[in-house]
Amino acid sequence: MTGKTLYDKIWDAHRVAEDANGETILYIDLHLIHEVTTPQAFAGLRAAGRPVRRPDRTLAVADHNVPTINQAAGTGAVADEEARLQLQTLERNVAEAGIEFFPMGDVRNGIVHVVGPEQGRSQPGMTIVCGDSHTSTHGAFGALAHGIGTSEVEHVLATQTLRQRKAKNMRVWFGGEPAPGVGAKDFALALIGLIGTGGGTGSVIEYAGPAIEALSMEGRMTLCNMTIEAGAKAGLIASDAKAFDYIRGRPAAPKGAAWEAAMTYWSSLHSDPDAAFDREIHIDTAALSPLVTWGTSPEDVVPVSGHVPDPAHAPNAARATQIQRALDYMGLTGGQPIGEARIDRVFIGSCTNSRIEDLRAAADVARGRKVAAHVSAMVVPGSGLVRDQAEAEGLDQILIAAGFDWREPGCSMCLGMNPDKLVAGERCASTSNRNFEGRQGPGGRTHLMSPAMAAAAAIAGRMIDMRDLPPVDGAA
Amino acid sequence: MKPFTRLNARAAPLDIANVDTDQIIPARYLKTVERTGLGKGLFAAMRYEADGSPKPDFVLNQSEYASAGVLIAGDNFGCGSSREHAPWALLDFGIRCVIATSFADIFYNNCFNNGLLPIVLAEDEVRSLMDEARGGNHVFSIDLEAKTVTLPSGRVVSFNLDAGRQEKLVKGLDAIGETLQHVGSIDDFEAQRRLTQPWVAA
Repeated sequence: MTGKTLYDKIWDAHRVAEDANGETILYIDLHLIHEVTTPQAFAGLRAAGRPVRRPDRTLAVADHNVPTINQAAGTGAVADEEARLQLQTLERNVAEAGIEFFPMGDVRNGIVHVVGPEQGRSQPGMTIVCGDSHTSTHGAFGALAHGIGTSEVEHVLATQTLRQRKAKNMRVWFGGEPAPGVGAKDFALALIGLIGTGGGTGSVIEYAGPAIEALSMEGRMTLCNMTIEAGAKAGLIASDAKAFDYIRGRPAAPKGAAWEAAMTYWSSLHSDPDAAFDREIHIDTAALSPLVTWGTSPEDVVPVSGHVPDPAHAPNAARATQIQRALDYMGLTGGQPIGEARIDRVFIGSCTNSRIEDLRAAADVARGRKVAAHVSAMVVPGSGLVRDQAEAEGLDQILIAAGFDWREPGCSMCLGMNPDKLVAGERCASTSNRNFEGRQGPGGRTHLMSPAMAAAAAIAGRMIDMRDLPPVDGAA
Repeated sequence: MKPFTRLNARAAPLDIANVDTDQIIPARYLKTVERTGLGKGLFAAMRYEADGSPKPDFVLNQSEYASAGVLIAGDNFGCGSSREHAPWALLDFGIRCVIATSFADIFYNNCFNNGLLPIVLAEDEVRSLMDEARGGNHVFSIDLEAKTVTLPSGRVVSFNLDAGRQEKLVKGLDAIGETLQHVGSIDDFEAQRRLTQPWVAA
């Protein structure tokens, strides 16, 4: 008999019942909620007279809509009337249901996928869902974590379960040792560039290999976060001592004897050596260089030293049309060096890259340098606690001295539904996860990259390999 | 949920691959606490000029497709954000069926919770459906119980859909109500977990 994958094991441990229609009723350990994808779910429960089954397994934050300045003024001061109503609706719903909630301005508030791990709520072996596609982030802890729609949010609130069909098993092996300046964001972009945005559809991806073991928890979260951009249901990484160390001592982490029991169980959660995967992919990280996106899909990837594709060299007419459409939107010419394009804005933040390690990487590049005169650059920490830690380390002072705008936590300019957005035609170097048309604001042009690369773009005013930045005066 | 059995409607070709949910309904329209009214934001960037006037070359702005009930699109339709506002916006506009070569997982699941039928067909079929939708008669007939699409030419194309999902749409089932019939199993599961994984159940 062949062994089981990590996904198989978590799936089996959460099966409540099999329905006649072919769906499995799967138990959900942690349900994260936010203001945008829940109002209709709570309204549905109210209309049907159904209570929230397990408020204690639910955690709420306000992140998508919130402004990233002046949060202490509270929800009532949010200028956008619709956003304010949505935030107030969440406040009312969680109060009625008795759900733990970190409101805007609370130091524990922030982007839902930063807060869950930070509080120790996201743990190995769990099933974790949220009405947000980047829930795949929590797979970094060896959990089965994925996004759901609002009807499913309502279903989880009412039943603490989800109706699911088993996905396929896919493993992506990251071998080799990456060059300095190449990290988790480049791993993610390399994979999506290779298999495409539909390449993972119907599969759960397990990441493994020496380059994954070497990644920090922040890096693993970045990689798992971007799994949805490859179309996969979820991405996960077997938990190890690094994961346990990250969780230990956090507010919701098991304590005392429970911690020992949990560690014993968590240590058993890995794919068996003889487990069969439906598909396996190998990527040699030693061969990677810092990557950026040139187009309007996360699969439109090019090394920062490379050239934008030329539709004349496309493999077929359909692809040529697609490339031309993306070039037109992005204001680029086929075949031009990507490094020639002038950057107007820089955004360092989002559930992909707003954790302490990301801010350290950006500050390392910014230290002693200045943001180019024509660039407006902002740094948005993933949570109030990340912001506090960064300030304790003096990162804010380095970034502010370089000319970056230092903001309060939230989803910010990742998705253009709060005051932080691009103006039509603006070109942005962004650490977020999607470069779709209009994603950061109507007509905005997004280039995805790592925090260090985004900081380098801010300094140079164009996309540049940060290893090619001129040395800081007085440095070696 | 409104049951879906048959649909006779005009079909609009949207010959673009990787139509993401930000394109279907941009984030600025998500600041609503309702499920209805999202049709006005459907495909906003493709559909409207900056001043809000309709772009004449966009398919749903053309008079023969303005009342479309079926949309035919390229690969990987509905990728990106999990926002259920995407099917809500399609339905609010009047579209009850999307035909494509493939769909992103979350969007696909969201369809079945809202009475929207996603049909997967092979690439050459989708291509021929687009051609027919571009012809003089744009009305397609979909029979979900028979799992067929009858084209304006009279040709009948069959599609696959697993029985569980088909039943969900045909009967307009309430998934929560169905699951709550298993509430005893959920209670048992939780009781067991309190013993085996007390740190989670705390």
